[in-house]
Amino acid sequence: MTPTVLLPLRHYLNDGYGVKSWLLTRDHKRIALLYLAAVTFFFFVGGAFAVVIRLELATPAGDLVSDETYNKLFTMHGVMMVFFFLIPVIPSVLGNFLVPIMIGAKDLAFPKLNLFSWYIYMLGGLFTLYALVAGGVDTGWTFYAPFSTVSSTTNVIPTALGIFITGFSSILTGLNFIVTIHRMRAPGLTWFRLPLFIWSTYATSLINVLGTPVIAITVLLVAAERLFHFGFFDPTVGGDPVLFQHLFWFYSHPAVYIMVLPAMGVISELVAAGCRKPVFGYHFVAFASLAIAVLGFLVWGHHMFVAGESVYAAMIFSILSFLVAIPSAVKVFNWTATMYKGAVSWETPMLYAYGFIGLFTIGGLTGLFLATIAVDVHVTDTYFVIAHFHYIMVGGTIMGYLGGLHFWWPKISGRLYNEALAKVSAFIIFIGFNLTFFPQFVLGYLGMPRRYHAYPPDFQVLNVLSSAGASILGVGYLIPMVYLMWSLRYGPLAGANPWGAAGLEWTTTSPPPTENFAETPVVDSEPYQYPARVEEYFG
Amino acid sequence: MAGRVDALYFLLLGVSIFFALLIAGLIVYYAIKYRRRTADEIGARIHGGMALEVTWSVVPLLITMVFFVWGASVYFAMARPPEDTLNIYVVAKQWMWKFQHLDGQREINELHVPVGRNVKLIATSEDVIHDFFVPAFRTKVDVIPGRYVSAWFHATKPGRYQIFCAEYCGTRHSGMTGQVVVMEPTEYQTWLSGGAPEGSLASAGEKLFQDLACITCHRGDAQGRGPVLQGLFGKIVELQGGGTVFADEAYIRESILMPGAKITAGFQPIMPAFQGLISEEQLLQLIEYVKSLQAQPQNTNK
Repeated sequence: MTPTVLLPLRHYLNDGYGVKSWLLTRDHKRIALLYLAAVTFFFFVGGAFAVVIRLELATPAGDLVSDETYNKLFTMHGVMMVFFFLIPVIPSVLGNFLVPIMIGAKDLAFPKLNLFSWYIYMLGGLFTLYALVAGGVDTGWTFYAPFSTVSSTTNVIPTALGIFITGFSSILTGLNFIVTIHRMRAPGLTWFRLPLFIWSTYATSLINVLGTPVIAITVLLVAAERLFHFGFFDPTVGGDPVLFQHLFWFYSHPAVYIMVLPAMGVISELVAAGCRKPVFGYHFVAFASLAIAVLGFLVWGHHMFVAGESVYAAMIFSILSFLVAIPSAVKVFNWTATMYKGAVSWETPMLYAYGFIGLFTIGGLTGLFLATIAVDVHVTDTYFVIAHFHYIMVGGTIMGYLGGLHFWWPKISGRLYNEALAKVSAFIIFIGFNLTFFPQFVLGYLGMPRRYHAYPPDFQVLNVLSSAGASILGVGYLIPMVYLMWSLRYGPLAGANPWGAAGLEWTTTSPPPTENFAETPVVDSEPYQYPARVEEYFG
Repeated sequence: MAGRVDALYFLLLGVSIFFALLIAGLIVYYAIKYRRRTADEIGARIHGGMALEVTWSVVPLLITMVFFVWGASVYFAMARPPEDTLNIYVVAKQWMWKFQHLDGQREINELHVPVGRNVKLIATSEDVIHDFFVPAFRTKVDVIPGRYVSAWFHATKPGRYQIFCAEYCGTRHSGMTGQVVVMEPTEYQTWLSGGAPEGSLASAGEKLFQDLACITCHRGDAQGRGPVLQGLFGKIVELQGGGTVFADEAYIRESILMPGAKITAGFQPIMPAFQGLISEEQLLQLIEYVKSLQAQPQNTNK
């Protein structure tokens, strides 16, 4: 018999109405929703570029758009997706919503700074949108010099400024999380009682704070060389073009872990709740996050095996890149082992977790190909690399994000979405994703370079498969938009804990009150303690 | 080389398929076997196991170390061209490949080479970074402005092989393609004799050496105001203020463009800089001329 569920009388969504109550809010949960709206917007802008790219590549000739337009399309796709969606998405939306609740706090340590971070992010986004409207930019999201500094005639500087500004949002959010996790844990909540999502958010925040300043400096140097012809990267005035690549990848490789570590944290939560048992090897999973954060800073040179790097430097970056694969593998094995003798769920969040593990495994294993120097020489800068990093970023980060969004949606909105539709769309996304990106591994091995507007006809069959997959994937992403919006008004009420999951966030009402908990919770055990708590949920 | 890269590639592929199937198989098996049967079912309270953690850390570590050593050793062979190479210069620019044979032939977007020879490419760019990529040979190297990079291959079958630019270089990046034409040695000889109106690269360099008045200071008899260039290439040069440098193409290039960067011991920094005054092709001619000087008998090493 289902007990009657009622919406709490007072919660963060009805604590004030009107635009001002949102735009001036200091509540981390409302700020999370501001980010949700913004990242969703940038995701669909970036996605629209991808649609045109795949349409163009359906035929070998460059006949849909001009080469100049095509170059702008993949550049803006990369810039939007990387800097305005993938990097902020999980920390800013799920992290903002969950970090204080998961540790039993009322808010983040610096609520005003948190709101300020959102405004910084929006300002950076506006600069980038301006660059787009003013004619776009064609350097690729990697801004390689000297092309970006002396050759390109497009809007490099507004885009660089957009990235520069947005970086401060990452830095400040990271700082906010670090201080909050150190200082604001509930009584009894020791480090090894923290949910694994907190561990991975913590590791991500470290990278954000330490790495983001480097990309900020790098894009400033690009702007300075463009404006004042300083010889940083341009060899005709004494610069070194490879120096740019060192600086760029010193941030942008760790940035991959900024994207995927939070998703790993989400998956740990989904697997624990989906199996109703503790995550296997909690300590190993927690420390794997830190190991990835640290080792992730030492592997940037594997992007430059063919860029005139010395043989010995290449070897060191190769072995370090293999080492960073180990903690990732440890996580995958531990999640899989968690399912052993679990009460394994087939609900939507768990479907995303299955999808994540499978796709991340393929993404990770193909990373080994790229760490193996001799093989990297052949497949780098081809579609093999495109496929590899989309498996990590789209198959990993977006699957993790969507899984997390579905898992915590009842907490965020207080309502349930249509489970059948959700399952169908999870399935469509999985199929569409693989059809889009798996053929690209083969294309890359056969030699199709990335960023090609037109290509030899031999490559057409695989490109058509990929474009067909992209259309399925696009539909898969649109369906959740519809049923999640629908659930806000018409979804059945969720109650405090619709999944029967452990974790502090499930002990408060859905949606939670502005101060998160009626009284500060006290923690007396490790996380994911199902049998001990079973009475509370099902008694 | 293609065979060695592919062997490694397919080993990686095999290991990857094994692990991907293992994980996917376990997930499907557990998801079915341990599926939640009642709404209030709880999983077994298992926290972990040290033996398993160690196993699945150490086994992947060992496997990846095999890939590391193997991949690095094949790469080592790729990075070190054999002694007996046929050298060809490559100058990349937006958006074409220019090839310069030692005998003087020039080609654009088409490179003729003999089958069965080790061919070494010495490449630079006039503008931005490009990348010389021949998928069939598993050869790829970024062509970077301001420096010389090299790559080598050994074509085993006559035919035409696709060249791509694999580093994004601007508007017509995807049009920056070409073909390597691999020919039987006799055909190649015929092709070579077909036309080099300006004579060999070194002889063009010699002419330039006189036109630019290099010869007034760099004389062959050690009486000039500049260092003797005979026998210079491939030697260790002692520098003003201590230190040495190996005289390779990059050093000669730098000494022409920015002579002040490294001054040979015993000489004054009086040479004018040629940065921006001569083209990449002319530089190559001069370098090839300087290289040719070492075979001459009036080698005056005192």
